[in-house]
Amino acid sequence: MTSRMADNTEPSVRSTILDEIHRIAALHNKQLAPLTDALPLMESGLDSLCVAVLVASLDDALELDPFAEDENLAFPVTLGDFIQLYENAAA
Amino acid sequence: MQPLSHPTLWELVTKTGLTPGFFLSDRSQSVALGALASATSLGIDLEQARGKSVVIYAERQLASALAAIELDGIARRIILCPPDLAVANLPSVISNAEADTVLSEEPDRLVEHVSGVSVAACGLTLTGCGPRGADRVTEWLLFTSGTTGNPKMVVHTLQSLTGPLGDAGRAAPRPSAAKWSSFYDIRRYGGLQILLRALTEGAPMALSEASEPVGDFLARLGSFGVTHISGTPSHWRRALMSPEIKKISPGYVRLSGEIADQAVLNQLQSVFPAAKIAHAFASTEAGVAFDVTDGLAGFPAEWVGRPGAPVEMRVIDATLRIRSTRLAGGYAGDAARVLADEDGFVDTGDTVALRDGRYYFTGRREGVINVGGLKVHPEEVEAVLNQHPNVRMSRVRGRRSPITGAIVVADIVLEHEGDSFAQTREEILISCRERLPAHKIPAFVTQVPSLEINAAGKLLRNA
Repeated sequence: MTSRMADNTEPSVRSTILDEIHRIAALHNKQLAPLTDALPLMESGLDSLCVAVLVASLDDALELDPFAEDENLAFPVTLGDFIQLYENAAA
Repeated sequence: MQPLSHPTLWELVTKTGLTPGFFLSDRSQSVALGALASATSLGIDLEQARGKSVVIYAERQLASALAAIELDGIARRIILCPPDLAVANLPSVISNAEADTVLSEEPDRLVEHVSGVSVAACGLTLTGCGPRGADRVTEWLLFTSGTTGNPKMVVHTLQSLTGPLGDAGRAAPRPSAAKWSSFYDIRRYGGLQILLRALTEGAPMALSEASEPVGDFLARLGSFGVTHISGTPSHWRRALMSPEIKKISPGYVRLSGEIADQAVLNQLQSVFPAAKIAHAFASTEAGVAFDVTDGLAGFPAEWVGRPGAPVEMRVIDATLRIRSTRLAGGYAGDAARVLADEDGFVDTGDTVALRDGRYYFTGRREGVINVGGLKVHPEEVEAVLNQHPNVRMSRVRGRRSPITGAIVVADIVLEHEGDSFAQTREEILISCRERLPAHKIPAFVTQVPSLEINAAGKLLRNA
């Protein structure tokens, strides 16, 4: 599970992701489920198009695109997996 | 009646259809196909449809599928409307297809929108009917995806939709107990391919439903016991991000409609280690050209330029051209529009690059953007943006996405430097939301000082 200790870049990756999710959901008129690490991303209320916009926004905001870097990447299922993917890429 | 050289779809379906396991199902219902041997789903006598051009404008895929099965070999033309065809476009469809009849689940509500045609019911209620005899090769009119303005239709036949393709085109084994499904709607070429494959092989198929959450669909496919399933790479990425992906264990997984990258192929193979993973190239105009089954993105360069092969391919100006028996016959209602070049090759508009003995797809020549399998013409979105009084010019382009292949983004030049960009962007997005489906609305709008145009005054799209 995600720990929030030690590395001070970690909360900022997480909070950037959560802020972007809220912003994109509002922009696309999507009702969000309560955002927990165990929530499957595809059940968050965001559709594929919103997730695509989220990934592009995070590429701009964090200069990270973990999807582009690894051909053997396991696609993230939960929100926790998704955040972890970016935290690992930022580390 | 002259015997036809090939069996009709109804003949194929009812021949094998007496087995109880041969059915089509959607989220809420299942129809045993054997029942069509002596019953009809249509609200008109089949004799009234003989030699007629019939528009199938149904909400449910299941209703469209049943109507198409029944009308093949009887109607002159079947016009298979996609789910997003607006009722406002029906009059031009009727005129271009020279249609006589429109079928709908709610004919009473359709009457006021059309004229000069009869309107009749289709649906899932079967009523008994007498024997029927096929007497013609029916033309199947399919809509090309992502066209601007009035939709374009191409003409196929059951033969051009299902004919054999030789080694390159038929990778899936012919299993005895296959159970098919597709993330595609069966009114689109990719989905119709799977429907016809299931129907001609006597195998059941579970149909998708646009409003159904992906997790629910996967759970339904798990209970169904799906063995063969197709979708776009974007459909598959969405499925791979659902915990319910574990509910299915197909033996054959097919991708088409978009560029299949190595990441999605690898991920599918790792989630379904025993499955054969194939990615196909197909388009409504060019038909199915090939299946790639070696697990690698792109396709072997030696497939290009094999004279006499069932599917011949050429690469001209870095764009793929295809000639085969699976090509559409032409465009309906637009005889002047040329589908194939003088040698009989269809220009797919898909660009390729050669690397290490393999061709890889790189995008579309005309700047058409493929968002999760749905094509977006930049000009169509630019037309909406340019109507804003503060916008001098705009350029719409695709930005690569690992989730949907691409997303739509826009660059705009303001009319006056003093105009508020933030307010203009807000207003532009409001008018886009009113007039465009979600996948065509720019995800990012950026202000730029200028956009380059070429000597002919055209926007430079690759600048």
